[in-house]
Amino acid sequence: MLLLDREGAKADLWTRVETLDISADKVIVPSALLQDALAARRPGQQIGVAIDNTERAAALEPYFGALALVVIAFPTGYNGRGFSIARQLRERGFSGLLRASGPLVSDQFPHALACGFDEIELPDASAERQPVEQWLAAAARISLNYQRGYNYGAVANILEQRRAARRAGAANV
Amino acid sequence: MYRYDEFDERLVRERVAQFASQVARRIDGSLTDAEFLPLRLKNGLYLQLHSYMLRIAVPYGTLHARQLRQLARIADEYDRGYGHFTTRTNLQFNWSKLKDVPTVLGLLADVEMHCIQTSGNCIRNVTADHFAGVAHDEIEDPRPIAELIRQWSTLHPEFEWLGRKFKIAVSGATHDRAVVKSHDLGVRIVRDPASGETGYEILVGGGLGRTPFAAKVLREFLPREDLLAYLEAVLRVYNLEGRRDNKFKARLKILVHELGIEALRALVEEEFAHIDKARVNADPQEQARIAAYFAPPAYEDLPEVSRKLEDAQIRDPELARFVEHNLFRHKKRGYTAVTISLKPIGGTPGDITSEQMRAVADLAEKYSFDELRVTHAQNLVLPNVKLDDVAEVYEALKAHDLATANIGRITDIISCPGLDYCSLATARSIPIAQVLSHHFADPEKQKQIGEVSIKISGCINACGHHHVGNIGILGLEKKGVESYQITVGGDPSENYALGELLGPGVPAEYVPEAVDKVVSVYLAERQQGETFIETYRRIGLAPFKAAFKEIADVAA
Repeated sequence: MLLLDREGAKADLWTRVETLDISADKVIVPSALLQDALAARRPGQQIGVAIDNTERAAALEPYFGALALVVIAFPTGYNGRGFSIARQLRERGFSGLLRASGPLVSDQFPHALACGFDEIELPDASAERQPVEQWLAAAARISLNYQRGYNYGAVANILEQRRAARRAGAANV
Repeated sequence: MYRYDEFDERLVRERVAQFASQVARRIDGSLTDAEFLPLRLKNGLYLQLHSYMLRIAVPYGTLHARQLRQLARIADEYDRGYGHFTTRTNLQFNWSKLKDVPTVLGLLADVEMHCIQTSGNCIRNVTADHFAGVAHDEIEDPRPIAELIRQWSTLHPEFEWLGRKFKIAVSGATHDRAVVKSHDLGVRIVRDPASGETGYEILVGGGLGRTPFAAKVLREFLPREDLLAYLEAVLRVYNLEGRRDNKFKARLKILVHELGIEALRALVEEEFAHIDKARVNADPQEQARIAAYFAPPAYEDLPEVSRKLEDAQIRDPELARFVEHNLFRHKKRGYTAVTISLKPIGGTPGDITSEQMRAVADLAEKYSFDELRVTHAQNLVLPNVKLDDVAEVYEALKAHDLATANIGRITDIISCPGLDYCSLATARSIPIAQVLSHHFADPEKQKQIGEVSIKISGCINACGHHHVGNIGILGLEKKGVESYQITVGGDPSENYALGELLGPGVPAEYVPEAVDKVVSVYLAERQQGETFIETYRRIGLAPFKAAFKEIADVAA
């Protein structure tokens, strides 16, 4: 697995478990165990949850304050449901880390960032063909977007730019 | 017409570079073929039976002369000297070479054009009424919101990877010329009876293909300022709830069908309530900025009637026929919208040569304020022609084999490319269109038959809109032989209806005779002034079925 964010490759400090064996400092549990894991949490310990893309953002809403990470599975690169789940989580106030996990392609990196993801967890087979440099290049390739409210990194919003130009124009009159 | 500002321009240039990088990464093995496929499709590049095909977006069917000339240049230098207009008002080049595509994209960007999202599981080219801005029955010009939607849907980070394609159409008139009800999402500009304000009726879940449905009303009246937030809500619900287990059940129409429109409405309204509208919607000033590009051109004050045109028609009966069939009533007195038929007798519907493109571009500049439209019926429109100029325009068209006087008549056939080009096709469709066109070529016969539409698809995907043809023809493959199913009663307008099947499929050689039988029933049964579809609605399917059976029995 390769973990990367907009700065490049990063170490994965999280441990994934399938049971309530939550001894590590940063633990990712399946959503079925989330409530129990949060109840058993030690002081200073961070809990994350891994969800399928058939699960709903609204189901996590009660735990937003206690959750440090949400991992959304992408079963294939071209199943884009996870982008909407991420967007919903952000729109509804989740401020922890958001991770996309699955065989995405680097061209989807800007989409993931724009929808609120912080990092991508890539299977080895994908990472071998698409090194980190390709992901960083992909994130910077389109420097503008039309969609207001989807802001990320170096991307400028066209409608905001036009609005600023209008205001500057009005101020100069 | 809309013109790119520096931001639109930069985005398209960056997109060209992005595609070049995708091609390079496919070649060096960074991307597998399976990974590259959706990226290539999102840029309108298909692998067809004989070659790559490049589909170029013509947003809401609007073109100007310089763009059409550039398309002519690309046809000559990078293709085989012709292009094909589609039912989504796009232009296809059938003989593209992969190595040329980045160069062609650069040439397109030079004239504010692109291939973005002309295929793939994303929001496709937005279509509109081809008489937008000039139609006499218009509440409001739909082009400004079509452009707003074009921009909003371009490279949308959340909706680039939908379960299936998503088609949007907009109409601002009382008469539906944009086949709104066959779209995943239709926007109709309506006037609120109480306030007098214009806003939008939103329809969803329409579609043709193997399971045709008419779109249903999701929101009766949406205030103008909320358009983008509401579209975001609909697309998000579709992205989350639409099926992904079966490609054939992944369109929004299936979700509407399975959930029911009320349940879908509840989901959309809940999502809409959650969206921070001020963060998402376009400013009214942005809407006004776009709308300003569509301000009416500098029309002259002219008399209602052109003596010049009337006199010319008396001298030339062919011109009179052209005037009768190819002109559409303009909202400005003394002007008309001239439809240029791309359906010469025996031709390929929607095909146009580079030489014809240049001729039409010249006419647009000289006679139509540099404006052109592409229609979903695969024709072109000069939307702003003075009645006084029609005879000259007609002569110029005639010199380029573009003056066929058959708009809305039986030879104005819609046809997909079919098995002559398309890798999805199960049967040929162009040769059927050509044979029928010859069969009904006689102008007097066409005049006698009047308004009727034939629409032909070469497979169940229905690119030729056969479901909504007054006479629909669907080519299938039956035991290794091409077989054609015929439907009657389809209607793409505000009286939207899907055609009803006449009986079993027949081999190609029986199609003209079968259509003849159908037309004969109409001619025998029609009452004063009735069109084909009106007679069909009055007498029903049975008489057509009975007449068809004679052919089907012989064919079997």
